[in-house]
Amino acid sequence: MRIFGRLISGRDEPSSGDVAKERLRLVLAHDRTSISPALLDTLKDEIITVISRHVAIDTDDVRVTFSQNARETRLVADIPLLPQRRR
Amino acid sequence: MEGRGSDSRRRAARVITITSGKGGVGKTTLVANLSVALAMQGQRVVAIDADVGLRNLDMMLGLENRVVYDLVDVIEERCRLRQALVRDKRLSELFLLPAAQTRDKSAVQPADMIRVCEELREQHDFILVDSPAGIEQGFRYAIAPAEEVLIVTNPEVAAVRDADRVIGLVEAEEKGPARLIVNRVRPDLVRRGEMLDISDVVELLAIDLVGIVPEDEAILVTTNRGQPLAFSSDSSQAGRAFHNIAQRLLGQDVPFITLREPGVFERIFRFMRSEGDGS
Repeated sequence: MRIFGRLISGRDEPSSGDVAKERLRLVLAHDRTSISPALLDTLKDEIITVISRHVAIDTDDVRVTFSQNARETRLVADIPLLPQRRR
Repeated sequence: MEGRGSDSRRRAARVITITSGKGGVGKTTLVANLSVALAMQGQRVVAIDADVGLRNLDMMLGLENRVVYDLVDVIEERCRLRQALVRDKRLSELFLLPAAQTRDKSAVQPADMIRVCEELREQHDFILVDSPAGIEQGFRYAIAPAEEVLIVTNPEVAAVRDADRVIGLVEAEEKGPARLIVNRVRPDLVRRGEMLDISDVVELLAIDLVGIVPEDEAILVTTNRGQPLAFSSDSSQAGRAFHNIAQRLLGQDVPFITLREPGVFERIFRFMRSEGDGS
């Protein structure tokens, strides 16, 4: 019944191949840079602290990630600014 | 690194190390079949089993009963290099330099491998070094003589991760850029999205692809017999894949095979069988 089950359940969850790719993308970035997930969290927290000192940001939505170009890795920070409230 | 054509007989051999990081990805099987495929193209080939202590390339090639001396005997000067080479009776230009079975990796230094390969270069076109798994001493001496490095991986998370690590080490040793062979691909799983696609693996590892080999029962059967699949190149996709890699190494522009899935009847049969046994 596996095939029918899959037809019915459709593509609600990503295939295991896609999950494997995403997991690898992340782990390879950590491996290549020697930046552990814990260190990445620290970097993110400190970036948030520094930026919030100057501008209002949506701290819950800050993303600090790696981007890959061939075998070159970049650290990318995506920091949403909060809309300026009218006084 | 540029492709050398059929005039390579006048030149010194290319030394190519085949490595993977992770064990069990089919490295030795690949070296055996690639050696046969290159020799069938008229190339003079030496396959070196660098996995000292875990000798297996002799079995893959069906030459295990003809081993007299080995790599460590050569290094420790118990015999001359010529005496240790096992000539394949099926292809007169194919030779095996076996690993020692009762020693360990500490018996070989990088300089030893460089010296052995240097001595082999004049008389041959290709020297293929079958690296041990891992990134320790065995890996170090296996890549020492390399001018080119081929990385073997499977479309599977652990193998890809280890391949990435090895690619980094090869680059650090300035032996790069390594090129990639994706082994044991199962088109049926890829189609269902349950296996990393070739393009995923190439994108993640970001090195050039030189071969795709599908999973094939025929490899097990031919290995059982000590008759590498590449001898019968037309009978299977995997056999053709080995020959395609050989041709690409010779500088020919060979398109990558589109992996054929099992036929409709085969699939129905498999489906019924798998449903039947309740798996």
